[in-house]
Parts: sequence; structure tokens; C-alpha cells
Amino acid sequence: MDIFDKLTILSDAAKYDVACTSSGVDRKGEPGSIGNAVAGGICHSFSADGRCIALLKVLLSNDCVYDCSYCVNRRSNDVRRTTFEPKELAELMIQFYRRNYIEGLFLSSAVVRNPDYTCEQMIEVLSLIRNTYRFRGYIHVKAIPGADDKLLTTLGLLADRMSINLELPSHDSLKLLAPDKSRESILVPMGNIKAGIHENRTDLAKYRNTPKFVPAGQSTQMIVGATPETDYQIINLSAALYKKYELKRVFYSAYMPVVTGRNLPSLDTKPQLLREHRLYQADWLLRFYEFEAAELLDEQNPNFNPLIDPKCNWALNHYDFFPVEVNTAPYEVLLRIPGVGVKSAQKIIRARRMGSLDFLDLKKMNVVLKRAQYFITCRGKTAMGIPTHPDAVLRGLLSEQGAALAQPDMEQFSLFDNTTSTKEELIKCLTGQI
Amino acid sequence: MPYRTDIAYLYDGSFEGLLCCVHESYYQKELPSLIFHYGEAQETLFPVKEIATDPESAEKVERSIGKSISKEALSLVRLCYLSHMEDRELTILRFLRMGYKIGSSVTNMLAHDTVRAITKGAQNVQGEAHFYREFLRFSEYNGALVAIIEPKNFVLPIMSGHFCDRFPSEQFLIYDKTHKHAFVYQNGEKNLIPLEHLELPEVDATEAQHRVLWKQFYNTIAIEGRINPKRRMGHMPKRYWSQLTEFMD
Repeated sequence: MDIFDKLTILSDAAKYDVACTSSGVDRKGEPGSIGNAVAGGICHSFSADGRCIALLKVLLSNDCVYDCSYCVNRRSNDVRRTTFEPKELAELMIQFYRRNYIEGLFLSSAVVRNPDYTCEQMIEVLSLIRNTYRFRGYIHVKAIPGADDKLLTTLGLLADRMSINLELPSHDSLKLLAPDKSRESILVPMGNIKAGIHENRTDLAKYRNTPKFVPAGQSTQMIVGATPETDYQIINLSAALYKKYELKRVFYSAYMPVVTGRNLPSLDTKPQLLREHRLYQADWLLRFYEFEAAELLDEQNPNFNPLIDPKCNWALNHYDFFPVEVNTAPYEVLLRIPGVGVKSAQKIIRARRMGSLDFLDLKKMNVVLKRAQYFITCRGKTAMGIPTHPDAVLRGLLSEQGAALAQPDMEQFSLFDNTTSTKEELIKCLTGQI
Repeated sequence: MPYRTDIAYLYDGSFEGLLCCVHESYYQKELPSLIFHYGEAQETLFPVKEIATDPESAEKVERSIGKSISKEALSLVRLCYLSHMEDRELTILRFLRMGYKIGSSVTNMLAHDTVRAITKGAQNVQGEAHFYREFLRFSEYNGALVAIIEPKNFVLPIMSGHFCDRFPSEQFLIYDKTHKHAFVYQNGEKNLIPLEHLELPEVDATEAQHRVLWKQFYNTIAIEGRINPKRRMGHMPKRYWSQLTEFMD
């Protein structure tokens, strides 16, 4: 098979992996080598689905011995099988990199023969790229669950980021859809990577030339919508992963029905894109806005409101917390205002040192007032004509989204009683970025 | 004595030249109503004063910005100078006059029109430079890499360093079609030169093959069930598409 067909098959098989970021590590170039890495990450293109392309995302092989029912590469599925030669993949990646098509490599693989063998093949590719080509750019590698610890350590020393997919948000779901994988076979290596990073940090402090182990940290991904977990369960799980396993990112992937299976949703199931979007928004609140999972959802309200973002939802449920006076509120409090992000909060702190701010000033500083206006005061005053009842505020927030839900006759509109809207309608109102 | 405003400055278009305009404005107590450079057609009813570029005064002004205002202010001025914003010279002059009066905190006055204007100019330049770090595409011709860009702002001086660090062993050329300049990196040497026209030969078979492979990867990696043209356009504005390998025929 020629390289064109291999690339087609093995990128097609890798596309459902969502993580394609190139962030988390700064590394300067060096004479005689090729490449560098930028902590903020660089996207090099955006595919027709609007997702960022930062890395050459491929499988080393799709010739799998496992039979996970949700996966296109499962043993029992009838697809063309192929495997990259380490040399041809390394050369292809370097040639793409030289042309500034990509930031580096994202290498995953089906389990060929057994986890150890697969891991050894991946190590061969990465050491070619790192040692022969002297590549200093970004490499994200999937850890293969079940592979020997020593092999995973070697892999981690060659990569910048390592990830193990959690696949499904609960033990039962995993048992149902991925019988060859257990929760332990995923969490144990995750714990090992964390321990490896810690150990490496101590070594680095002692010996300057210690090679770095997974310097950009680890991430994971789970599929949303194939199994019955609630948003509350998922967000709690993410919070635990951030705390316990010190993950850099948790990715959510709306379930795309590509194969049929006894325990799987039917092929005409629509991917829950809006739900995925809400989960990412909530994830952001956990990581950058100092929110706790328990603040966002609870047993009684286990799912996000599809109509408004999690931060607005929180604000409406904690209406006593507002209004916030922008001229005096501390940074953490500013961050709680819907429409005020990290950048805006920092700008407000800077600008108010020079004198008190009013609504016009905020507008000039590009603070998103259409949401913030309901929740703030400037010099003790609220904006003109702003409603003060949470229901009315919700109507206002929705009307600015263009939803025709803010008609005055809908006085009894309540927060969580909007399950009547169909999934399609909700998907249509998804325009924001994920 | 009130400042004289019924005057226009004409300078050579260089950053040093612009700093000399600032110098002149200070020592002659003048607030020009227009600053423009040679090669730029401007109609003005006011008398035009030609400002000679004197490296010594330029350096004096540059040092004073860092010292009397802040390093941040100096970097704002440098970036804004590269922008295609109308009135960038006057904005810089106004900003510096404010800065000399207020000091380092001038850059905190985010709601002030002049500070907003210079910040906007600087951000525009940085934003576009970042877009080109993402979307610039090299093609190989006889072992050397060549890229063509069409930026609105003169971003070449601030984005070329990224590629020098990234490709220390390569030879490459980035041609700015809008500003008719080329950045050349060869054997570790960096040169920014004016270049009226760039003629490129046909690409060879290897280059053509890599383009085909990249296009195939680009098309394969999208998930059909999630096609979202609006989102793609939001992240990757159309005006960059003309030079992207993935959209070439």
C-alpha cells in the first residue's frame, strides 16, 4: 500500500480523538536541530468541522486485537487495515513540519499483537524523530493501557504530552461498551504518569540535564452521549481528574455513531454537540474561574441548561450574590460575572486604578456588557432599564441570543422547564466555539 | 506659549524618522495636524515641514520612552508603527505626549481614546503576526523554503524570528507581497530586503506530492457529522485562504 492510502486510512481512523492541542511547553530551537515549541500552542489550520489542526494526527496502525463495540477499528469491523513503517511516518511528519503545516505529531495506535509490542513500535517512531531528525517540536502520544511501565516511561521521555483515554464516564459503561478495557487498566497508568512527572520534577531540581518526562502533562478524553451518565457525574469526574491526577486537560467528545452494536445508540443518533459545548464551558469554569463542580450542578439539577451557559445559569441561581460593584470587587468576584472573562477582569483591575469606571468605560474596554449588564453596578448604579427579577433577566439574556423566547406573555417561564425544545433546535443554536 | 498646530510633518517613513518627528514636536512646541511620509499622497492646506532623520535624536527619544514612561509603552509604540492604521503617526505622538505627562501608568488608562487607539493598532499587528505563524505555508524549491504572505500590517519584522528559531538549519525566504519586502534566512544570517517582484519556478514532483498528501490529510481529518463552515471561518478568516496549501488546486 502506498503512503497516500496509508495516510488516508490512518488519519481517518484517528479523527475521532478530539485532543489536538500543541500547548503546555516552551522549548527554544537549537543549532543543528529542527523545531521548537510554544507554550500557548499554535493551530495551523481548521478542518471543515471547524476543529483546530495543530498536529499530524494519525494512528501508527489500525490493526486491532481488541473489540470495543463503539470503535471503528474493533476487530470485528470490516475495514481496510494498515500500519505505518516507522521510517515513512517520521519522514512524512518532518516534511509536513518544514512546510509549516503542523506543530508536530499526535501518535496513537490500535493494539497490534499486544500492548507491549505496540508500545515498542511507537517508541521506534518517536526516537527516530527525536534522535535521528533531532526534532524539538511538539509530540503528543497515547499511552497504551496494559503496556509495561518501563516502556511507558521511555515513551514519556520522548513525548511532550501523554494521554490515556478514559473513553466512558463510568465503570459500568466501560464494562458494557469496552469489555477489553477496565477502569483500572486506565487509571493505574494515569497514576503512574502522574508519579513519573513528580519524580522527574525532583530529579530536574537536582540534576539539570535530566531528560524531561511528559513536560506538557497528561490529558484524557471521554465520550459523551453513548451512555446514560448525567452532566453532574461527568463534571464531578473531571474535577476529580484535575485534582487527583493533575491532568492538564479533559476533552469531551460527543458520541458519533459510526458502527452498529447491540449496546450502542442507533446509527441515526444525533451527536450531542450542544451538550459537549456546555461541558467545555463548565470545564473552563473549573480550570480558570475557580468554580467547584458542586456549585455548577447537583443531584436535583443534574444537567446543564441547554439555553444558557453554565456561568449565567450559576449567576441566576445565586442572584443574591449580585449585583457586583466593578470598581471595588476583588478579582475572584469579577470572574463570577457572566460576560466577564479572565482578560476583562484583568483589564478592569488595571483601569480602575486610574479612576472609577462607568458603563461607557467598560464598553470602550470591550467588556461584553450584553450579559454583564444584568449583574453589575458602576459607582453604585445599575444600567438603565435593567430588570431585577431573575426570570426577567433570563428572558433578557435569551433575547440577546436571538431566541424568540423573550416575549412578554411568557411571564411564567421557569428556569429548568424547557425540555420541550427538540434536540435539533438546540443544535441549531450552537454557534459558539467549543 | 500655545502649541502651533497649523503645520504638517513629512518624514522618511522609518521608525527612527517617526521618533525624530516626536523630537521636533517637543522642542519646537508644535502639534502637527498631520504626519505623513514620502511616497504617501496627502493633501494638506498647512505648510509642510520636512523632518530629517537624525539617528542621535531618534535614539534619545527611544531611550526616554523606556525611561520616562515604560518598556510596555515602547513596545506598544513599536508595534503600532508597523500597523496599517490610518493616523498611526499622530496616535503615537498623542500617546507619547500623554505618557511623558502621566508616566508609566498611562498604559492602564484602557478607556482613554488615545490609549485605546494605540492598543488597538498594536493588537492588530500582533494578531495578524500570530495568524501568519499559523497559516504561513512554505514550499520547497531546490532545498530552500519559500512562503508568500499578503498581510495588511507590516508583520514581517516581528514574525520572522519565530521561523529562524524553528528552522535554524534551513534556508528560507518569506515574501510580503503587500509591502514588497522579503525576509531571507541563509546560513544563520537574517536579512530584510525590499523586493519589487518574486518569480517562482514550477514546483517539482516531491513538493507536489507533499501538497497532495497534506490536502488529503486535511480533507480526511474532518468529521462529516460535525461540518461547521461558520466555525472554520471564524478561526481561519477567508483572506488567508488564498495562500493555504490545503485550498490550492
